[in-house]
Amino acid sequence: MNAALLPLIVAVPLLVAALLVVLDDSPAVRRWLMILPSVGALAAGGLMIAETADGTVLAHNVSLWPNGIAIPFVADAFTALVLTTTALLTLVASAFAIAVGTVRARYFPVLVLVLSAGVYGALMTGDLFNLFVFIEVMLLPSYGLLAMTGGFTRLTAGRLYVTVNLLTSTIFLAGVGLIYGVAGTVNLAELAGAAHESPLVAAAAGVCLLALSVKAAVVPVHGWLTRAYPATSPAVTALFSGLHTKVAIYAIYRIYAVVFDGDSRYLWIGLVVFSATMVIGVMGAVGQDTTRSILVFHMVSQIGYILLGVALFTPLGLMAGIFYLIHHMIVKASLFLSTGAIEHAYGHSRLDRLGSIARREPILAAAFLGAALSLAGLPPFSGFVAKLSLVTAAVDAQQWAVVATAVAVSLVTLMSMLKIWGTAFWGPKPDDEEEVAGSGTGIDSQAPLGSPAATAEADGGAAPATQTAVAAPAATAPRPEDGSATRSRVRPAVLLPSVVLTLVTLGIGLGAEGLLSLSSQAAAGLLDTSAYVEAVIGR
Amino acid sequence: MTLALSIGILVAGGVFMLLQRGMIRIVLGFIMLSHAVNLILMSAGVTSRRDAPLMATADPATAADPLPQAFVLTAIVIAFAITIYMLTLAVARSDDDTEDPS
Repeated sequence: MNAALLPLIVAVPLLVAALLVVLDDSPAVRRWLMILPSVGALAAGGLMIAETADGTVLAHNVSLWPNGIAIPFVADAFTALVLTTTALLTLVASAFAIAVGTVRARYFPVLVLVLSAGVYGALMTGDLFNLFVFIEVMLLPSYGLLAMTGGFTRLTAGRLYVTVNLLTSTIFLAGVGLIYGVAGTVNLAELAGAAHESPLVAAAAGVCLLALSVKAAVVPVHGWLTRAYPATSPAVTALFSGLHTKVAIYAIYRIYAVVFDGDSRYLWIGLVVFSATMVIGVMGAVGQDTTRSILVFHMVSQIGYILLGVALFTPLGLMAGIFYLIHHMIVKASLFLSTGAIEHAYGHSRLDRLGSIARREPILAAAFLGAALSLAGLPPFSGFVAKLSLVTAAVDAQQWAVVATAVAVSLVTLMSMLKIWGTAFWGPKPDDEEEVAGSGTGIDSQAPLGSPAATAEADGGAAPATQTAVAAPAATAPRPEDGSATRSRVRPAVLLPSVVLTLVTLGIGLGAEGLLSLSSQAAAGLLDTSAYVEAVIGR
Repeated sequence: MTLALSIGILVAGGVFMLLQRGMIRIVLGFIMLSHAVNLILMSAGVTSRRDAPLMATADPATAADPLPQAFVLTAIVIAFAITIYMLTLAVARSDDDTEDPS
């Protein structure tokens, strides 16, 4: 793969998005145009992995401008791995959005494409200011996505989300300005090791890292995530969970490795903060009573695990952190999609109103169970390898408190997953289920942004139709043990995305060797940044 | 010195407005904050050199650094777009203060 093709990965989704604005009429056209760029990015990511697996770094300055004023695109093994996973998740979440009908919302495909272009750009950029721009390209469509699909709380959540993200973007930009002021450049390769030598650059880059930590939802600045994500539609939550916080995590890894050169003086801050993230995230999940809010709190907890890799900054620790990042993106999206499928079919995600799903939806239940066990870290799923290697790395570094925290939090995670499993999947069927079944039709309604009245109308219009549909089986089968209780409500197309992702995590768990060696290559690229620097500056 | 003072005043005002309840005040706070950050970016280039940075005519010793100006231009556009979006959110739902009962 020629390095000059790297900008295309960003440009193609943007161009297709522009095309989609014009061709918004035909549903088939918009679906295919939404899917195809992700397929292309997935293929490009696969090629990129093959190319960078031996430690090669691809770098290209757009239009061959000189360093400093160019827009540099850089891809090493770490970039390739994260980019491929991102493309896979975008593809799967798009398929889910098509299956449940979220895609019918006006401009939904356009926004998803711009979002994915921003993510790819943020992963590949080699310049801090361009990182800011690409993060904004990623965030602007997500403001729209968050507020246009979802329940009644979405506008409140949308305000919170925009406010927090705009504030952190502003802080990040200030950090970039300070770095330019003290170092005279914002090109990552030219900044290599600068923070290690100069405390001024370290302070300026610290401002950037602080902003990225908020975006990654690290405790104590995680509150926005747990409030904003459950309010939107399941498809959007799955998409965001795979992309947003992970871009921030990727940037933290990259900046700490390149600009700080893995400076061991500041690592203790990471160890303390990320351990607290693990504990507080999982504790927050205990108090939640809907599937999605439990999963969102677990996401916070898992972010602590992922970032531990950079806080250890040993070859093993970085490898484990990168492996954990890939594993987590896939598993979390799988969980959001399987519970999202339940939410779509049964109209809500409250644990006290769900029950005996395992009998009705055996395949969905299996997909959820697999992903949940993987999240908790049980073999043979990828979570086991991820946790094992992370704990081994912490033992190697003799961080016993971290080891104890990681293991204890795993146990609580497992209990929390069993809570969802025990009530929603295995628990007794609640009595009022038939009444609430159709009440969630507003989730994917096409009501225009910012008009609660229109949403209410859409709900009012859709509800009678659904209720009659639900009432028909209820009339023929008055006893819950009859046919209707075991009849599956989740269509195969809605089921497929989460099943695919659970199979991926199982596959990674069984064949962990391949991904581990790629992760270790990526970790080597972070430990020794000379190849990265040479690829960018050396031309 | 003037620049540092202006940045300080803008940040103080912006943070104060951000901590208010109404959405409109938050938006105004953000406008101040983004101005402050734009000034930080400008101060990152050396502010004493003010000639137009045109290759043919300018003396490199006195020409301004064009890169921070390009940064600021980009940042202004982004801040403008998000401000408009936040204003639509402010209009879309009038009660800012109360949590939803659900």
